[in-house]
Amino acid sequence: MQTILHFTQSDSFLSLDFSGELTLYSITQLERQMMQKDVSGVKTIELNLISVSFIDTAAAIFLVKMEEFFSGKGVKCSLVCENQTLLSTLELVKMQRIITKLETQSQLKKSSFLEKKLKDINTYLSGFVSFVAFLGKLFVAKMLYLKSFKNIRFKEIAYEINESGIKALGIVALTSFLIGLVVAYQSAFQLKTYGANIYIVDMLGISILRELAPLITAIVIAGRSGSAFTAQIGAMKITQELDAMKTMGFNPFSYLVLPRIIALMIALPILIFVADIMAMIGGMIVANIDLGISTDLFLDRFREVIAAKNFFIGIIKGPFFAFLIASIAIYRGLGVKDDTQSIGFHTTKSVVESIFAVIVCDAAFSIALTNLGI
Amino acid sequence: MSAIRVRDVRTVFGTKVVHDGLNLTINDGEIYGLLGPSGCGKTTLLREMVMLEEFDDGSIDILGHNVRNIKEKDAQKLRREWGVLFQSGALFSSLSIRDNIALSLVEYTDLSAAMIEEVVQFKISLVGLKSSDADLFPSQISGGMNKKAGLARALCMDPKLLFLDEPTSGLDPISAREFDELILKLRSLLGLTIVMVSHDLESIYDTVDKVAIIDEKKIVYEGTIADVKSSKNQFVQTFFK
Repeated sequence: MQTILHFTQSDSFLSLDFSGELTLYSITQLERQMMQKDVSGVKTIELNLISVSFIDTAAAIFLVKMEEFFSGKGVKCSLVCENQTLLSTLELVKMQRIITKLETQSQLKKSSFLEKKLKDINTYLSGFVSFVAFLGKLFVAKMLYLKSFKNIRFKEIAYEINESGIKALGIVALTSFLIGLVVAYQSAFQLKTYGANIYIVDMLGISILRELAPLITAIVIAGRSGSAFTAQIGAMKITQELDAMKTMGFNPFSYLVLPRIIALMIALPILIFVADIMAMIGGMIVANIDLGISTDLFLDRFREVIAAKNFFIGIIKGPFFAFLIASIAIYRGLGVKDDTQSIGFHTTKSVVESIFAVIVCDAAFSIALTNLGI
Repeated sequence: MSAIRVRDVRTVFGTKVVHDGLNLTINDGEIYGLLGPSGCGKTTLLREMVMLEEFDDGSIDILGHNVRNIKEKDAQKLRREWGVLFQSGALFSSLSIRDNIALSLVEYTDLSAAMIEEVVQFKISLVGLKSSDADLFPSQISGGMNKKAGLARALCMDPKLLFLDEPTSGLDPISAREFDELILKLRSLLGLTIVMVSHDLESIYDTVDKVAIIDEKKIVYEGTIADVKSSKNQFVQTFFK
């Protein structure tokens, strides 16, 4: 049923006579009608609802707002209604509006720019402090864990090595092969112009063994296994499995955290070794095709100019990178709150932060080793 | 003797005070119900008792140990003397029902595999599951079975104390009544002390010996269910009308 609005005006008195059903479908039409009406010079307004048969809450809010609007302009505004149901709907809306107003008033304490920034800084600092606290807990757990040989959970460690190490072999091998290919291809073009073809071996050997292979492997593993750790542990936290473990006396650190960290610290150097091989094969293929350096010549030169230390530096970085990736991933996983959004948020954070940490760690290695003359 | 004594516990989350000067005593062999409006901190209190949450002031003694400054060794011992059933069951999703129940036995005892299997089968039938359910995984079973399996896991070390967080929520009325009977049976069979948080009136009337009603940060009533209507508290008046 349609809503009909009639205006009856005599001097400074205006009566709005509504009839029919007032629902949320008719509000816009009514509003438009009101806008067109010139109300200047009106002193008293009467909202006449006597011939209205039904009113829903949206329309009730509209009426109450209208009343407030006119009262705010200094126009006397009154409601005329005899239907008890309509009145109680209006009463309910008014009550709720008062409550929400009170609540928003108490909440409306505007914080200044400085306050916001300081709060942000505080959040970052406390985040860092809680990560340090996590490392402390980890250290204590490790001490308790390694106290006795039988505490070490070989089964879990082996399982995690398989999950996060062995199963990642394919993607690590493929990525590093392509990186070797690309680096060799780009430098071959430059070296050819100087006729320094053979130096491709020196270049590839040092850059790949020392820097590229460990870094690429760590980044792939951070994206692949780090995110998996965060999601697994986060999901366990949401389903209260972690709480259940704690009440049963199984410390999550020794059952979930340490096996994962140890497994990754074992698996990553192996993966770096594979990445070394694959990247060198990639480089070798390009050297053969593009620069005409035969495999034998390449390997002879490799043995001559590339010191073993380059290889070992790359491998040594593995456990450090693995510790950073695994501990950040697990820390983020344990930080998941009781909602599903939180898992996604923490997984993203975990990957971004662990890749960043790996790069910072690599830079530190670079500076330290160069200064030590290694 | 009292199994649990809570004295003047105060809990604050951020700026919100959850408990302030909360006291209660739970005797051996009692089934003790924790009630109150939502958000009053029943589950928080339960979590504080099982050392999952820390409180800001006061003391909680569980089986003679003060959980606030307990040594790690005593805490481990204590954890083997209680069982906890979480609201959602909280079964380990990577393990089958059998392995879930057997986990504590495998880790803490030197029982043979055959013996563990016997114990697991007994607990499975005790809580009313079928022995064929043992091979299923938590994702493959219904909510009711999930709770029963959770209870079987909580009971696997024959604890002295059992904590139940809303044991009958999400169960159909028939399963809920079965659960109540099971709890009564367990108490008489094993002499357990049971602490439960519940909203299920029928379950409360059927099982609980003593209730504590938490409202406005304190215990507003502690005593038998028969006398509860004497309390003037508004929540009690509405809940038990």
